[in-house]
Amino acid sequence: MSNAWSIYIIVFSLVNILGCLWLIRWTSKKRTDEAGQGDVTGHTWDDTLQEYNNPLPRWWLWLFYLTIIFAFIYMVLYPTVGNYAGILGWTQTGQYQDEMDEAEKSYGVIFKAYAAKPVADLAKDPQAMDSGYRLFLNNCATCHGSDAGGLAGYPNLADKAWLYGGTPEAIKISILEGRNGVMPPMGAGMNEQQLETISAYVMSLGGREMDDAKVAQGKTQFDSMCSACHGATGKGNQALGAPDLTDNIWLYGGTPGLIKESIQKGRSGKMPAHRDLLGEEKAHLLAAYVYSLSQ
Amino acid sequence: MQAEPGSSAQTYNYKVVRQFAVMTVVWGVVGMLVGVLIAAQLVWPQLNFDIPWLTYSRLRPLHTNAVIFAFGGSALFASSYYVVQRTCQVRLFSDKMAAFTFWGWTLVIVAAAITLPLGITSGKEYAELEWPIDILITLVWVTYAVVFFGTIVKRQVKHIYVANWFFGAFILTVAVLHVVNSAAVPVSLWKSYSAYPGTIDAMVQWWYGHNAVGFFLTAGFLGMMYYFVPKQANRPIYSYRLSVVHFWSLISLYMWAGPHHLQYTALPDWGQSLGMVFSLILLAPSWGGMINGVMTLSGAWHKLRSDPILKFMIVSLSFYGMSTFEGPMMAIKTVNALSHYTDWTIGHVHSGALGWVGFITMGCIYFLIPKVFNRERMYSIKMIDVHLWVATIGVVFYITSMWIAGVMQGLMWREVNADGTLAYSFVQSLEATYPYYVVRFLGGLLYLAGMLMMAWNVYMTIMRPSQDRLETAEPAQA
Repeated sequence: MSNAWSIYIIVFSLVNILGCLWLIRWTSKKRTDEAGQGDVTGHTWDDTLQEYNNPLPRWWLWLFYLTIIFAFIYMVLYPTVGNYAGILGWTQTGQYQDEMDEAEKSYGVIFKAYAAKPVADLAKDPQAMDSGYRLFLNNCATCHGSDAGGLAGYPNLADKAWLYGGTPEAIKISILEGRNGVMPPMGAGMNEQQLETISAYVMSLGGREMDDAKVAQGKTQFDSMCSACHGATGKGNQALGAPDLTDNIWLYGGTPGLIKESIQKGRSGKMPAHRDLLGEEKAHLLAAYVYSLSQ
Repeated sequence: MQAEPGSSAQTYNYKVVRQFAVMTVVWGVVGMLVGVLIAAQLVWPQLNFDIPWLTYSRLRPLHTNAVIFAFGGSALFASSYYVVQRTCQVRLFSDKMAAFTFWGWTLVIVAAAITLPLGITSGKEYAELEWPIDILITLVWVTYAVVFFGTIVKRQVKHIYVANWFFGAFILTVAVLHVVNSAAVPVSLWKSYSAYPGTIDAMVQWWYGHNAVGFFLTAGFLGMMYYFVPKQANRPIYSYRLSVVHFWSLISLYMWAGPHHLQYTALPDWGQSLGMVFSLILLAPSWGGMINGVMTLSGAWHKLRSDPILKFMIVSLSFYGMSTFEGPMMAIKTVNALSHYTDWTIGHVHSGALGWVGFITMGCIYFLIPKVFNRERMYSIKMIDVHLWVATIGVVFYITSMWIAGVMQGLMWREVNADGTLAYSFVQSLEATYPYYVVRFLGGLLYLAGMLMMAWNVYMTIMRPSQDRLETAEPAQA
């Protein structure tokens, strides 16, 4: 903030408070020319409306003074007006950092110890898994559900199907760095008939009984349009996050309509990176928790 | 005492007062009904019937707009038009312009009732309406200002009555707030983007938002209080000098309080502190209004036993005092760190909205309806008393359940285990809140029931057989 703005704020806010101070001092003084206590001021509105001119209640006056005194003390101690930082040097980011440092001092050792153990071992430690579950509830459950069962667009973490791999290392990378899954829209240049046959083939991969003629035609389309990512056999590719289409698990829903929608309009999934949010050690523990779910 | 030119009600424009007074009751029922529905949705989410127009996200702004601007707004129009004429001893500045404010305001409300469920919103809290409606609001409001201040200018009484100071401050400030906060770049007929970026937008929004509370829901209704409390109690205002002090300090200090809505956010530290400090200083000026209202009744306490309208007013002043104590307390950073984002905030708002704004409005409408419809009194005084008790129990259910729920949520969210992990997930705190949502729903239902009694009572008063009517015929044009 420039000095001009800073001065503007200081002057404006102080003038307002001092103005109030002057106002209560001025009105609490008794003047000779006005109505005394218990007398009306002499004006009448709408036949009956009149005013007494009772003095300001003393306790109320003190309340007013006290809040103003508090305000001035607070303004000296804390950043309140313009660029003036206050003598305590308080900032909200400073307060946050202090609390984080304090927490690190108390709890840091716990997570450091967990981080030293391999994920597969940690997954068998009940106490560690309790901590992991609580981290999961507050950081992961919003999308993946409290039981890690997932939702449309958010993968089930408790089954054996993995988009990017289910090894401890792969899970940890997913948590720390996040993932971007993109299924491009294939609808352009595809008519209703072609959409019908290609989706029939995709459904047949998952084991559904489909019309043979449609499946045969769909396979030719699949080989040229889909196999680059999903593989010649439709088994998917974890390096790309391309799902296995043969396991009858459907991230965006397995109804014919939803499968067609996925093909036609594409899908995009985003797992946000948690490195800055959780740090390496907590991500390690969470990886162990997630790993434990499918063991 | 001033001479009374015309010396009877015949010179006054009561038509617009009647229109707004009746619509206050109608919009009150509608707005509170929507409120009860969304409260029920928090208990039984399936009550949105999977219809987009009925989802919580769309009905919530409809509820807030309906109760603040339709119910509260109509009450303010009705009372300010009535009070400014009576206390200035002149007819409104322009009947045509007054009529325009009624039909214009009605159009705004109808437009809100259509666009909000359709999902058309600017996304700014309490200012959700899109730019074409914003322009209409501006036109209506400027006209309102011309009618009000025009009437003040041509007044037959030398001094301006204190109620009119508050109405005047409310009208002027709301105009400024609305125009500045709603500044936006339209991209189509029903979509615009705020003129301000990021944190500045948030700050402008809450400068508007808190002053909507301070001027729309406080200064305006204090204006109402300053006329109807002394009138109904038939006692002089307690202290003229208290009026002066609390008026000027209230309207100047409120301007700074907005940033307390943005504690511990991207708003620079000094802004947050300033919001907190000014909110604290605001306590005494707010209580000044309460004292002046309550002490006006001293010497007339016995009337409380027999006069339910006066009871509405004293209850409203009590809730005003309570919520204006709670507000500064919640603005303190350490308290805010617990209360922010919890249902405590919802409880706080409703102790002000149901307790203060609602009750003073009901008192005022019960006073006004017989006056402007030429009836001796309301059809059923007994029913006013029943309304008072039902509504009071409703408010108490509502705010206590939200207090407990809010503090519980705040404590659950910060509770940590021995390993420093959070003890509860968000969903667990939501589960724990369920019983309180049920109690809140019941409180809202009671409050709505009271409003329906009022609607019945108002209807019966207006439709009452003619022999009960006062001698005076319909006032003729001046």
